[in-house]
Amino acid sequence: MKLSIGKWVLPVYTALALLILMIPIGYTFVYSFNDSLKSNITWRGFTFDKWLNVCNVQNGAVCEAFGNSIFIAVVSTIVATTLGTMIAIAMVRYRFKFRSQLSLFLFLPMATPEVVLGAGLAAQFLSVGVPKDMTTIILAHTMFSISFVVVAVKARVATLDPALEEAGRDLYGSALQVFMRITFPLLLPGILAAALLSFALSFDDFIITNFNSGNVSTFPKYIWVSAARGIPAEANVVASAVFILALVIVVTVQVSGAARAKRLAKMN
Amino acid sequence: MGIDTFAESGADLELVGIHKRFPGFTAIEDLNLTIPAGSFFALLGPSGCGKTTTLRLVAGLEAPTAGRILIGGKDVTDQKSFQRPVNTVFQSYALFPHMTVLENVAFGLRRRKMADPLDKAHEVLSLVELDHLASRRPQQLSGGQQQRVALARAIVNRPALLLLDEPLGALDLKLRRQMQLELKTIQEDVGLTFLHVTHDQEEAMTMADTIAVMNKGRIEQMGAPQELYELPRTSFVANFLGQSNLFTGPVVGTTSTSISVDISGQKITVPIDRAHRTTGEITVGVRPEKLTLHSTEPAHNPDVNVMGPGRVIDVSFSGVSTQYLVDVPGAGNLIVFAQNMTFGSDVREDDKVWVSWTIGHGFGLDDEPADAPRFSPDLDTRTIAAQHRLEGA
Repeated sequence: MKLSIGKWVLPVYTALALLILMIPIGYTFVYSFNDSLKSNITWRGFTFDKWLNVCNVQNGAVCEAFGNSIFIAVVSTIVATTLGTMIAIAMVRYRFKFRSQLSLFLFLPMATPEVVLGAGLAAQFLSVGVPKDMTTIILAHTMFSISFVVVAVKARVATLDPALEEAGRDLYGSALQVFMRITFPLLLPGILAAALLSFALSFDDFIITNFNSGNVSTFPKYIWVSAARGIPAEANVVASAVFILALVIVVTVQVSGAARAKRLAKMN
Repeated sequence: MGIDTFAESGADLELVGIHKRFPGFTAIEDLNLTIPAGSFFALLGPSGCGKTTTLRLVAGLEAPTAGRILIGGKDVTDQKSFQRPVNTVFQSYALFPHMTVLENVAFGLRRRKMADPLDKAHEVLSLVELDHLASRRPQQLSGGQQQRVALARAIVNRPALLLLDEPLGALDLKLRRQMQLELKTIQEDVGLTFLHVTHDQEEAMTMADTIAVMNKGRIEQMGAPQELYELPRTSFVANFLGQSNLFTGPVVGTTSTSISVDISGQKITVPIDRAHRTTGEITVGVRPEKLTLHSTEPAHNPDVNVMGPGRVIDVSFSGVSTQYLVDVPGAGNLIVFAQNMTFGSDVREDDKVWVSWTIGHGFGLDDEPADAPRFSPDLDTRTIAAQHRLEGA
């Protein structure tokens, strides 16, 4: 039989690649049900205990770290998304001095290695005498998230026809009404995407956080620290829960989107 | 006139000494214009002539560099766009994509806190025969339907003045004709003042009571469509509004009723009351459909101008009429439109012909013929302004 690339090689390769990508996730999920003792490396039997008592080990260190990560991610996302959206609108709609230089400055945090960025910030906080705590983490996360928000929202603003806002003004809408009823709803998909990205970046961040967190624990930091002496199964529980939650959100959005497309197609 | 009440009728629009300069160029130079209430007024001109800028100034989307804008006698120059009793039908329609057709139409009413916005929106949607599509999104409608929604969204507010920014430009020819008639009917029904900006001379002539022809930020000529067509004042108007055959030469004879111009040895006579200038070098013209072709030299007649002999260099058939291009030595190429009253044409390419027209059909211009306006750069004022702003940044 002739070996057809399209028929055999590509599907097999794709399946293998997906399998390799999925193995760590599957491993994490399965081992969240492991009846482990101190380390979670060997399989010792199935249990729901870790899921039910996730906050009860090590005085709730896993949950505390998780809570901190969520708090930091929420606050830095709100700040970064608000500021980033304002910057994006200004950069597309207005011509001002140093506009192109601003683009470069916004690009820098994305291009700079995180180690450099984290160390630089840490040195700054030290020399200014700001103690490292939750606030410094939030500041650091907001800083690098803004760049991503601006890029994501800018693309959306660029596709927004200025005539729509003019029509809003022409139809007796004040500046605030035009923003709230026309500009904002039309930018919302871009803003939401930017916020999601910002949240994920913040929740996930280890390097910059590690430099600027003092003794505040975040979820990635907790995993890193405990990896040295065996990650507890509770960490797997949290990781699995986050993964499942993300999966549910993605599937819901996809299904509702498909349903809407179907409805629109029917109306026409 | 405030925005918290519906306009009882259309209002006069007065533009007094308007100048509009963008960085690096002047869009409008000393524009004075009065549009009487209840009229259908067309601003006609090529791209970049300042007509869209004029519209945006009236809408309050741009501020004039100098001059005043008065609506119904009230100075609105310093009012913001949303405070003016004016609505616009945008070239791109600018329908809000995230709202239904009904909500689009009710938008202005809601902002002004009018009673029963949805009932009024349904009413006006019935007027444009789209009420059955009220719950759709704009992007689910065809171009013609979107255009009617844009119109409904503007007229539901009963503005004292309705601005139309080339709203029919995106429609195909047949739909455009239909919409032109509908717009005209609606304007007569609701009695509003319409200010219509267009570069389509046929559209302007079909729809408007009065046309102002704009060129390079100035009004070249203003008047009823027929008046502008039959007696253009400048070569720009003569060529932008339809086509013209223009000849330039010295005035060689004057009587109490007419003047004669020498065009390379051929004498052309124009009635004195149809000539804007009567001495020196002047440009005279005649519309192509007023010309008659002859295969033999016509007998002398004091009421008829004759040119020729010339040679037919092109014949193009276009259904109702045939266009001939005749090369007359010394006078250039003449365009002749002939109705297709019989099957086929008895004049062919390379035939020797004479061209004649009744003296009363000629006209004398106020200026020399310039380059044909159709070759002006195809940019609108906003594009030019944006470019200048970009270069300045």
